[in-house]
Amino acid sequence: MLNKVNREIPDNILKDDNYKTFETTEIGNPETTYVAHNVKVTQGDNKLVDSIPDVIAKTGLKNGMTISFHHHFREGDFVFNMVMQEIINEGFQDLTLAPSSLTNVMNDMVIKAIKAGTVSHITSSGMRGELGDFISHGGLKDPVVLRSHGNRARAIENGDIKIDVAFLGVPNADALGNANAIHGDAVFGSMGYSLMDAKYADKVVLLTDTIMPYPNTPASIKQTQVDYVVKVAKVGDPDKIGSGATRFTKDPKELKIAEMVNQVITHSEYFKDGFSFQTGSGGAALAVSRYLRKSMIAKNIKASFALGGITKPTVDLLEEGLVDKILDVQDFDKGAAASMANNENQQEIDSSWYADPYNKGAAVNQLDVCILSALEIDTKFNVNVMTGSDGVLRGAIGGHQDAANAKLTIISAPLVRGRIATVVNDVTTVVTPGDSIDVLVTEVGIAINPKRTDLIAALKNVPGVPVYTIEELQKRAEAVVGKPEPLEFTDRPVALIEYRDGTLIDTVNQVKD
Amino acid sequence: MMEIKHTALAGTLESSDIQFTLSKGTGVEVNLDSQVEKQFGNQIRKVITDLLAAYDIKDVTVRAVDKGALDCTIKARLIAAIQRATDTKNQPNWEVLG
Repeated sequence: MLNKVNREIPDNILKDDNYKTFETTEIGNPETTYVAHNVKVTQGDNKLVDSIPDVIAKTGLKNGMTISFHHHFREGDFVFNMVMQEIINEGFQDLTLAPSSLTNVMNDMVIKAIKAGTVSHITSSGMRGELGDFISHGGLKDPVVLRSHGNRARAIENGDIKIDVAFLGVPNADALGNANAIHGDAVFGSMGYSLMDAKYADKVVLLTDTIMPYPNTPASIKQTQVDYVVKVAKVGDPDKIGSGATRFTKDPKELKIAEMVNQVITHSEYFKDGFSFQTGSGGAALAVSRYLRKSMIAKNIKASFALGGITKPTVDLLEEGLVDKILDVQDFDKGAAASMANNENQQEIDSSWYADPYNKGAAVNQLDVCILSALEIDTKFNVNVMTGSDGVLRGAIGGHQDAANAKLTIISAPLVRGRIATVVNDVTTVVTPGDSIDVLVTEVGIAINPKRTDLIAALKNVPGVPVYTIEELQKRAEAVVGKPEPLEFTDRPVALIEYRDGTLIDTVNQVKD
Repeated sequence: MMEIKHTALAGTLESSDIQFTLSKGTGVEVNLDSQVEKQFGNQIRKVITDLLAAYDIKDVTVRAVDKGALDCTIKARLIAAIQRATDTKNQPNWEVLG
């Protein structure tokens, strides 16, 4: 049946997988039940295990179970490949892989595990590169389920994801499992996403290269949650965990977009003392923080908090006193990760606190201004961050659907990328519904969601910020690049895109070659 | 009819550019390798064959490596390659260019 963003959701998926179609971005006040997990009681002794094969045996891993990992080590992750290789070697079959996301460094191993029959189901925030290509060409029998970070937290709490064994790499831990990610060789700052696994998995295994004396503090993951601790040679490559020093873009197009984004923010009613914001890690988003800083100083305005994936420029604002607090679920660069050890106002938050729609109030609900990116945005303001111009999976939902609930959600994107239009009539895949999006900023001007008449009034006469309808921007993009031929897909779904409340907002089908 | 006198190249492999290599051949043969093949492959081939026809070139092997170039870029690079391959760098074909 057609859902509220006009996407056809096959009836057999709705029936077999017990799905509802996406209806609304309003979450309301439903009553829900959290699932409990099993606890094998111990007095805390003998948690240290010598090797990965030994710990797999101790966890009681069986065919058909669900295993999880986190992606905080990003492209510097050693843990996933180490553990997964051993699980494949031991001949396990039919496992569900439920990581917080999958980075490129894991791609080859996931494909190997699928081909060996070890992994038969996947749920993730997204996937890219070889793995995205493999899945989009029908490499896995059942479709992967793609969830936002907030939705993964909800799914774990509600039991849609029931993690049997979580294998969590940490830069340090003591013999009982007290761990943080701010000390050691492979620091990554906030442990945000993995805190859900530590809290809800039946069996929690920590893997670390640095065993600390007991009691290890600050303890983000606590000894009460951990079954086993394994010492391995190295958990990750510090140089690949986050990008090094963040360089501000010199691309004039990105700078122009960033300047316009800043104009939109500062001319909105939300730009006042005590406001809050979330920026991403893209070139334009980083540049926004530089313009925003100047405007904040000029108008003597301070932010109450910055949220989300954090970068060094945001930490700089904290240290300068322009931002009171950082609520930090993930760190994108070394500077942001390292500063967590020194700044008590850089608060680590788990993904439920960050963005879960089904708890007693998540941080995203308090957010005033949010800047997000897009691969495509259509004339209904629906955004695609999942499939590329060839229809292949090459992205991640991340916190996109969640943070888009800010009072002012801005999409910053170039009108065209090479020969590919960013502003289109219909996005290939709807990830974030247009109802959540307020303003699109491109290098030629902005488009405001027609339902935001207040913003249309506030932004109609801002110098250097031409306002267009989104249809005008779409036509302008098409005039530059031409009319593309439609992508061809088979009728077989390879990925299901959930909205943050667990309803189905779109499906991704196998590409036709 | 214009004749390809020798192999000639124009354009780069930078993003948003297209690189043409024109060499002697029998009939018009176009080998296109494009990042946007699925959406624009046929359109790009049409731009190439239309322009070759306008120059009255009937025997040529065209190798094109496209990195998402716009039609205006494709035409400019192909005209440069044609003028180099036909030794007409100093005699632009104003009828086609006009």
